[in-house]
Amino acid sequence: MRAMLTVAGKDRTGVVARISNTLSDHSVNILDIRQNIMGGDLFAMIMLVELDGCDISFPALTAQLEADGVELGMKVHLMHEDIFNAMHRI
Amino acid sequence: MLNSFDILETIKMIEDEHLDIRTITMGISLLDCISGDINVTADNIYDKITRKAEHLVKTGEDIEAELGIPIIHKRISVTPIAMIGAATDATSYVPLAQALDRAAATCGVNFVGGFSALVQKGFAKGDEILIRSIPEALASTDLVCSSVNVASTKAGINLDAVRMMGEVIRQTAELTADQQCIGAGKLVVFANAVEDNPFMAGAFHGVGEADCVLNVGVSGPGVVHSAIRRAGDCSINEVADIIKKTAFKITRMGQLVGSIASSRLGVPFGIVDLSLAPTPAVGDSVARILEEVGLECCGTHGTTAILAMLNDAVKKGGVMASASVGGLSGAFIPVSEDEGMIHAVNEGSLYLDKLEAMTAVCSVGLDMIAIPGDTPAETISAIIADEAAIGVVNSKTTAVRLIPAIGKKVGENLEFGGLLGSAPVMEVHPFSAAKFINRGGRIPAPMHSLKN
Repeated sequence: MRAMLTVAGKDRTGVVARISNTLSDHSVNILDIRQNIMGGDLFAMIMLVELDGCDISFPALTAQLEADGVELGMKVHLMHEDIFNAMHRI
Repeated sequence: MLNSFDILETIKMIEDEHLDIRTITMGISLLDCISGDINVTADNIYDKITRKAEHLVKTGEDIEAELGIPIIHKRISVTPIAMIGAATDATSYVPLAQALDRAAATCGVNFVGGFSALVQKGFAKGDEILIRSIPEALASTDLVCSSVNVASTKAGINLDAVRMMGEVIRQTAELTADQQCIGAGKLVVFANAVEDNPFMAGAFHGVGEADCVLNVGVSGPGVVHSAIRRAGDCSINEVADIIKKTAFKITRMGQLVGSIASSRLGVPFGIVDLSLAPTPAVGDSVARILEEVGLECCGTHGTTAILAMLNDAVKKGGVMASASVGGLSGAFIPVSEDEGMIHAVNEGSLYLDKLEAMTAVCSVGLDMIAIPGDTPAETISAIIADEAAIGVVNSKTTAVRLIPAIGKKVGENLEFGGLLGSAPVMEVHPFSAAKFINRGGRIPAPMHSLKN
């Protein structure tokens, strides 16, 4: 399955590195990545990831990424891609 | 990939604006549980519910984690128990309510609805027994919800049932007086009840439904409120358009969750009920939407017009988003469960008479309203009759969920806590309607032509 990972917060170094390390540790493939700096120093990153090879459960991966977010001082969300498709595509 | 704005918008709706799936409700037919012995029937009911709904809560939690969307309630609705108990010679159906309660607890759901009777035209054998069992059934169980349909557009209003329900509501409140009269908060009196409503306390599984179906109720007053606020100054038709678009997005989510849940549980997907169901949380209020559109305080002149627009726009937006829309669909206006409604009552802006007018255009009726503890049963019946008349004449569902606050007066509160909130005791008219209510009989069904 594919999921949308979003990371948002005050910009700092090492965000992409930290998140992609966690993903790589659990064999999660990054399909697409996009990042913006909005309104000065608000960092927003959106990743589309493929979870078929992931070696831990979805809730466990979510928990780990959220823990990364806490250390980075950022909000991290991992949600199934279908929810966005359902809501924004007819 | 989708554009960043859409992705962040969805996350903002869930994080900041209380977007959630309010309930996934499994409707289970109990027609095959009927037997001549009430204890056997009770066992059959327990067995069937726990078998069908065994994985309901776990599946709901799994989907919640995967999609990242809160699913607040997992619930069960069943065939009206009056029909199930009728084959027995029992004089009380309390044992069946207790079987429902045990089954709900085993499954881990937080409510089971369907301790119900449909008596819009008259009483069949089990109906009166069920209605007389309601006070004890609700006082001796935690998770059972009850409803009685007393009127319909095709049958008129069963005034005998209306009279009886006034007494039953009072007795139910009295029996649970030590728990803030909560028994009455689990009891709804309907006109034109729907058979696929997933929302409590009025959910039951209609006899025209399949053996087992899954219905979903979505919510999102906070999302609609924020969308209108962001739009700023614009005309009322633009406001209606914003509500339609927002309702579409919310409903799509309900459709997705419902279809995933039904395929995992191996149960047909019934309907999405796209209702704006408020909670006592700040930012999750229907009253505050009405105020955002342009009222100083909910309940003032203009409230009914805005609510009519809101209710209609929610339906229009939702209908295209789902394969099958049903249930009550629209805007709920419970008092105790809506932070803005409570505020409006406490400010002296919202009264029972205005709420009654609002029910002519909202999706249901007088909901979660505390009334003085000394209100006579006939007055409660008269409030039910008025509300039923609005539903019957306008061909819509209306309902009454009043909570007589035993031992309390106007100015005091009932505190339920959680999603049921806090109910300020509201004033009722002091003049009697006892002569009317005690006439009994049935108000005939209305004309369907010469409409004006």
